[in-house]
Amino acid sequence: MSAKTINIKLKVWRQKDANSKGGFEDYQLENISTASSFLEMMDVLNEKLVNENKEPVAFDHDCREGICGMCSMFINGRAHGPDTLVTTCQLHMRTFKDGETIVIEPWRTGGFPVIKDLMVDRTAYEKIMQAGGFVSVNTGGVPDANAIPIPKHDADEAMDAASCIGCGACVATCKNSSAMLFVAAKVSQLALLPQGRVEASKRAKNMVAVMDELGFGNCSNTGACEMECPKGISLAHIARLNREFLSANIKG
Amino acid sequence: MTKLNSKIPEGKLKDKWSNYKAHQNLVNPANKRKIDIIVVGTGLAGGAAAASLAELGFKVKNFCYQDSPRRAHSIAAQGGINAAKNYPNDGDTVYRLFYDTIKGGDYRSREANVYRLAEVSNSIIDQGVAQGIPFAREYGGLLANRSFGGALVSRTFYARGQTGQQLLLGAYSALSRQIGLGNVTMYSRTELMDIVIVDGKARGIVTRNLITGKIESHFGHAVVLATGGYGNTFFLSTNAMGSNGSAAWKAYKKGAFFANPSFVQIHPTAIPQHGEFQSKLTLMSESLRNDGRIWVPKKLEDAKAIREGKLKPEDLPDEDRDFYLERRYPAFGNLVPRDVAARAAKERTDKGYGIENNPTKEGVFLDFKYAIERLGKDAIEEKYGNLFQMYEKITADDPYKTPMKIFPAIHYTMGGIWVDYELQTTVPGLFVAGEANFSDHGANRLGASALMQGLADGYFVLPYTIQNYLAYEIGTERMNPAEHEEFKKAEKDVEALIDKLMSIKGTKSVDYFHKKLGKVMWNNVGMERNEKGLKEAIEKIQEIKKEFWSDLKIPGEKNSLNVELEKANRVADFIEIGELMARDALNRDESCGGHFRSEHITEDGEAKRNDKDFMYVAAWEYKGENEEPVLHKEPLSYEEIEVKTRNYKTA
Repeated sequence: MSAKTINIKLKVWRQKDANSKGGFEDYQLENISTASSFLEMMDVLNEKLVNENKEPVAFDHDCREGICGMCSMFINGRAHGPDTLVTTCQLHMRTFKDGETIVIEPWRTGGFPVIKDLMVDRTAYEKIMQAGGFVSVNTGGVPDANAIPIPKHDADEAMDAASCIGCGACVATCKNSSAMLFVAAKVSQLALLPQGRVEASKRAKNMVAVMDELGFGNCSNTGACEMECPKGISLAHIARLNREFLSANIKG
Repeated sequence: MTKLNSKIPEGKLKDKWSNYKAHQNLVNPANKRKIDIIVVGTGLAGGAAAASLAELGFKVKNFCYQDSPRRAHSIAAQGGINAAKNYPNDGDTVYRLFYDTIKGGDYRSREANVYRLAEVSNSIIDQGVAQGIPFAREYGGLLANRSFGGALVSRTFYARGQTGQQLLLGAYSALSRQIGLGNVTMYSRTELMDIVIVDGKARGIVTRNLITGKIESHFGHAVVLATGGYGNTFFLSTNAMGSNGSAAWKAYKKGAFFANPSFVQIHPTAIPQHGEFQSKLTLMSESLRNDGRIWVPKKLEDAKAIREGKLKPEDLPDEDRDFYLERRYPAFGNLVPRDVAARAAKERTDKGYGIENNPTKEGVFLDFKYAIERLGKDAIEEKYGNLFQMYEKITADDPYKTPMKIFPAIHYTMGGIWVDYELQTTVPGLFVAGEANFSDHGANRLGASALMQGLADGYFVLPYTIQNYLAYEIGTERMNPAEHEEFKKAEKDVEALIDKLMSIKGTKSVDYFHKKLGKVMWNNVGMERNEKGLKEAIEKIQEIKKEFWSDLKIPGEKNSLNVELEKANRVADFIEIGELMARDALNRDESCGGHFRSEHITEDGEAKRNDKDFMYVAAWEYKGENEEPVLHKEPLSYEEIEVKTRNYKTA
């Protein structure tokens, strides 16, 4: 892990609030260690701005371990930047070259309006989850955890789907602004397990209905979402969602 | 007469919780609808409590600073959750889990609370499975277990290296369902600014909308804080960037006692610091110690050569490697508790055997070579694949080929707001759950026990105990904050605080102060402490406080999204928390668990407890700005356990 330093130019989207018109601002940073994360680089930029009496760039971030799903930047035209299977907070500066210009934008999709600078509003995801992203059980009164054996393969596949972090990269990447991968991840996870099987069709129907209502587009199978998903969630889950959705409509 | 009444129920230890539930007061279904409960925080404790209380019929208002309840930092817990299921048939029982937790905590936790925790642990796993959490399974379809530090059995349930994520999303799904049903009103991107006390009881909170800057008040018949720990006092920690101690600190200033603030867990396996600009440390799960062996070179010259890149660690022959945990602790080996493992790493690097070429020359190896030889690469990838991927993304080193570099980092705070058996603070109507309270982990928390405690409090303890309080509140009418003097006054105080911060208009950023505080904390109130260092820390922190309030700079406006103002609010409190931590560490003139005073070491370098003088919970009472806090002691007594010196050398 040999760290060196690089000089970079940044073009960062600045937007005062949801109702203002935004635009790019240029910044320059020197001696950025290649061992630092992308967000640590943003910290350096913000510290510099504060010291110059300017407002720092607002961006969402929290765990900085790639799991909370809060960070959300479009970097050089790609959700979470040029590396694969990482969130922005896990992207490291060794991915960039000395002298490179880095363009940083917020998620751009009608479903997630900009709040300020690089921060967007993902409340739409909450509404989709509230429509059916759960098993309808209350606390207490449930059977012993080992009462129903579950084939390891099913549990593993459910876990693949369940690793979705709700960051929104799939929507931001999709040319139709579709939230299908997000919805499919939850529907598929729960449909694969006997506990979630009971409500599987109804869940698919209810979540898709809210997704449509909120103006997210349809899936046209380009697979861009899977490519940019920091957790590598597979398109195959969308097939399972479609199956559940279809069966819900047949059952009526 | 002490003000502390821990309200431990009568009866034998194993009957206490049953007895409590059998005789406590409950609120009838028709009255539940008329009762509002405020829950601050949406992690395992807060999310589980908000969902469970709403399912019971209470009207819940739930708050978080993130954009969604699903972001709470419980999500980052990797390794697993303990439960006394004994599915592997390896000799586990509720008593053994209880015993291990008390012993792991170095006999500084409350016996009755810990027993209850072990007792409800099994229900958590049942609940998680019912919610559709994809726990790891064996080929026969039953649940898999693994081992964690401080235990001789395999009782840890897991979902790859993302157990916290899956448990949190389980609680979040239950919470989402209740929000959808209208039983929970969710306030995201909202920060608690103060707690409102009316006639001696907690009746609400004042919040700041982080997008608009608007100050608002909310009423509740009771207030639950599930706001996590204050590890970020150290600036660098494994906590999320937004994790903060402010809710607990506001509670303290409103009369809730702060217990054992100096008890901080330093996790042995985080990725070492790489430079001065770093803002966060990343944990590598304790589960890795199941299969990884920890070592440093035996010879100083090899350590130096490795640091300088002249020698590759994988080329160093086994006979030149010092597996110091296996050497010092034959019975538990690499699976000693966290405090023991962390100190052992420090002992080696202090002597010059550190292997990382960072400013402090710290770091030790965690090596999977042996496990890969024994089990094959595929088996290791199956168990730890995502952790290895994460490590490689951060360090650009491949842990399948070269050993991981790790070093201890601030991770968890065992201390927190003092609560009684009912999780109620010294302020009636104010309850604290999860990491934010102090009760279950003593002076050191065992791995995979934080998830257990957060969910135990949220799903299975608070929904009962809070009713014992609320049963007397059914006649209390909902208050309208806009028309209530106490609420209006609290709002005014919050406005004044924000104005004060904004009007300093100094020259230094919030991070400047936070980093400065963090350095003092790490050097003087960190892994090793002593009287001189702690006294010096208190002085230095007071200087930082003065400088903060005279030279802080916050750009932007207060009535809009202002990240620097958010950070300033939190750091103002971290500074004061840091001072109380140092005071508590100074008062506790013994070593125990993660609290290691260099004046109190056994001959072979272990923590030396002083049960005669310090077998108590130190609960601090706020006495006002610039006044010394007053210490209250809750004596600890162990009826069912023989108090011994911790020994991980022999079984």
